[in-house]
Amino acid sequence: MSTAALTENPAKRQRYVAVLLDVMSRPSGAIGLSLVVFHVCLAIISPVIAPYDFKLQDASLMLSQPSNAHWLGADHLGRDIFSRTMLGGREALLVTGIATPLAVLWGGFVGILFGLTGGRLDEVLMRIVDAFLSLPWILKMLVLIVTFGTGLEVLIPTLAFFYGIPVIRIARAATHDVIARDFVWAAKARGHSRISIIWRELLPNVLDTLMVEGAMRWSWMLLAFSSLSFLGFGVSPPTPDWGLMISDARGYMSFAPWGVIGPVVALSSLIIGINLTADALAKALGIDRAQKAPV
Amino acid sequence: MSAPAFINIQNLSVGYTSQSGEIIRVLRDVSLSINRGESIGLVGESGSGKSTLALAALGFFKRGLRALEGDVEFDGIDMLALERDDLQAIRGGRLALIPQNSGQSLTPTLRIGQQVAEALRLHSQLDESDFEARVVELLTQVRLPEPATLVSRFPHELSGGQQQRVAVAMALAGEPDALLLDEPTTGLDVTTQAHILELLRDLASERNMAMLYVSHDLGAISRVCDRVVVMYAGEIALKGTTKQVLLAPRHPYAHGLLASIPRLTQTSLPLALDGRPPMPGETITGCAFADRCGLADERCRSTPPALKQLESGEEVRCFHPDRIDQLPVVNKAAANKTVTQKGEVSADHGGDALGLNQLAISYAKPSLWNQLFSSGSTPPATVDNINISIRTGETLGLVGESGSGKSTILKAIAGLISPKTGHLVLNGEARLTPKVEDRPALHLRQIQMIFQNPDDSLNPRHTIAQILAQPLRLYFSLTGEELRQRSIELLERVRLGSHYLDRLPSQLSGGEKQRVAVARAFAAEPAIVLCDEVTSALDVSVQAAVLDLLNELKTQQGTTYIFVSHDLAVVKAISNRVAVLYQGRLCEIGPADAVYSGPFHPYTDVLLGAVLEPDPDFVPKLSADDVVELSPPETGCPFQRRCPRKLGKICETDTPPARLFDNGHQINCHIPETDL
Repeated sequence: MSTAALTENPAKRQRYVAVLLDVMSRPSGAIGLSLVVFHVCLAIISPVIAPYDFKLQDASLMLSQPSNAHWLGADHLGRDIFSRTMLGGREALLVTGIATPLAVLWGGFVGILFGLTGGRLDEVLMRIVDAFLSLPWILKMLVLIVTFGTGLEVLIPTLAFFYGIPVIRIARAATHDVIARDFVWAAKARGHSRISIIWRELLPNVLDTLMVEGAMRWSWMLLAFSSLSFLGFGVSPPTPDWGLMISDARGYMSFAPWGVIGPVVALSSLIIGINLTADALAKALGIDRAQKAPV
Repeated sequence: MSAPAFINIQNLSVGYTSQSGEIIRVLRDVSLSINRGESIGLVGESGSGKSTLALAALGFFKRGLRALEGDVEFDGIDMLALERDDLQAIRGGRLALIPQNSGQSLTPTLRIGQQVAEALRLHSQLDESDFEARVVELLTQVRLPEPATLVSRFPHELSGGQQQRVAVAMALAGEPDALLLDEPTTGLDVTTQAHILELLRDLASERNMAMLYVSHDLGAISRVCDRVVVMYAGEIALKGTTKQVLLAPRHPYAHGLLASIPRLTQTSLPLALDGRPPMPGETITGCAFADRCGLADERCRSTPPALKQLESGEEVRCFHPDRIDQLPVVNKAAANKTVTQKGEVSADHGGDALGLNQLAISYAKPSLWNQLFSSGSTPPATVDNINISIRTGETLGLVGESGSGKSTILKAIAGLISPKTGHLVLNGEARLTPKVEDRPALHLRQIQMIFQNPDDSLNPRHTIAQILAQPLRLYFSLTGEELRQRSIELLERVRLGSHYLDRLPSQLSGGEKQRVAVARAFAAEPAIVLCDEVTSALDVSVQAAVLDLLNELKTQQGTTYIFVSHDLAVVKAISNRVAVLYQGRLCEIGPADAVYSGPFHPYTDVLLGAVLEPDPDFVPKLSADDVVELSPPETGCPFQRRCPRKLGKICETDTPPARLFDNGHQINCHIPETDL
């Protein structure tokens, strides 16, 4: 958002380096960050290193147990589960990787705007946000998907839209905190323009909160994306995806339980990794994040 | 001293392991013993380890800290060896803690009676059915009015002082044998503080309790304590009776600390204690105080002094306890110098820098109903009928308790709040636009404000260079090398170097931050500087340095100050004229000497009577109750409800007339001039 502001000064760049080092020096941050980096790298290189073609069906291997050739066994169509697990995060990371920054951007923008407006209008708008948040997310999401169909061009804006709404709340609260502080009053008393106050005084102080919030939104979004795939509204079948794989393997749980292990471990390790990183980041940035925002 | 003391701390060191694995000591080899019926004061600057020591007496350490060596005994019990459950039985029961702001930490949704009963449930053997009577008894003990009706009130219905009393009552619920107090009166108004201190004194002697009183306020300590321990950089610097420590300190640090306190009996600025204490973990080769000490010699810098006992009984950590009298003191000569330093405003200077005409400010917004039907009565304005003219080059002090409207007036001058009626006149001619957004650049530049807490007034994400650049860019369009040069110049003027430019505020000490805030205000080359409690968030030694700096800048540039503070001694030290406010109404205004020497407005009299001096023989006179009023009365004198000299009906109905004295001293009161 304000990379120019961050790089213009060495002390600030140092701060972000220091924050990164701080994150890595904490056990939660070190574990979390390595999990996230591992998954991102895997998503990039998996098409090259995956041992089998994810589409390749072998009827003789249908629901076969893990073996030396197929470490996690094969699914109901005789496809190698290990290869599919390696590839299964690509779609999820791509979609959420684009949707998360979008959600933080628009949610942050609107939230800051609400926070600055204040007064009755802000109250009314926030009640609308509250009402919206009180509906179950899956319901809202399904309505949009049923209306506009699946596919990345629908999923990305949908996820970005829904997950930007809780960001509004956070950004608004952070804005309220900052604008009550004396340095903002001092800038007002000096006669700075509104834009200058928002850009120089407000944004740098809200940014930290938004960064942590973005990390949290990312993990929620991954879970939501996988849930949609699980329900059959996400990725279309030949493409490997964890949610879809869990959904497929679920029917054979009683006699081929190994089918779910790969995608479940992969999905949860990524989400745990993101959450641990977010926690360490919040601590490193000095943000008190006692409660998690409701989705 | 054959029997061990009631609370006995022996050779205690407390510290933490840093991220690099080093052990950092916060307290070093501290020994302290307190007997029953004795109260000990613990003083020192922030970061000196005084709170850590007080909490250690409870066997409690803040997160990350732990006892490295030494013992803590309470009535023969080893507090460091106890299990959590056993500790809990003692804490809050036999050994009670009253933390800072404890009055404000009452649960807002529980009635007072329920909260005190809660403490009884935890810490007494009483039967549930006896609670009610006992609660009333406790509230009576802390001298709260009408305890029987008070039990059903909520905390927000009580004044700050009353809340603090409830907190004391809760601490007494477990019938404690010892009381630990951590800054119990900080943040309270002077009159309230004086009352709470009286209460604590009486309770300690009635119940024969041992008391450990932590405070940075030597005035409060002198009222309550028998002995005083001065802490510096995690060590005990001086230990002695209150008289010895406060009247004839034998340690240079204690001496400097006392000299840095502004007093009502002095007309000059206090002496600043320059420098800062070493941070925990910094390597100290000799005496920790050597860098700031006027007596330091080679030995002080190379060998750490041990705590040794003098013939007179004190224990001192210093090689030169007999050379203290060589240190500078605030003397008569210095006092004379400061009269000129304060920059007596000469008649030919003439003009008014700022005039406040019939200023009234109201926070209350009429409700929608009243707006539509223009019915209902409007509540009295927060600030009303303020007429003050501030002469060029003078310092006007605004004093009053919290809620007196002094900061509100400053905000109105700065254009951050619009007055309801009345107007401001700049330089005797130009009328100031109420809203800051509508003011021309020249007016904006001429009025600058310095805020109370530099932690809050400096953007934590900006470097010092960026902070100073803001006004320089805005008002003078400076850029590049010119901007940098000017910033360095400003930093040097507030006695900071150019190496501060690339630091963030969090890397500076409190005093340094406030200097940056001062530099930022002066970057605009203002005509008027508004100072809102600028020293109250700082340590006393730092406060003196900031006051000194403000005064110096003023003499150099002829700036006009409006100086708001609740601290009457600070205001006296820096102001030429003083205005006393109560409930947003002017009570008294006049030359500083006249306001402080009388004749007095009854309110000024009450305020001055409650000021505590760091002198054990000084007794404050308490003439009015410490009731806090939420809104001013609709008619008559604002002080009518608390006034000890109230005349009668006339005070409630008529606005008090201005009684004028020939030296420009004005008192708004119904009492005739000759009786004031």
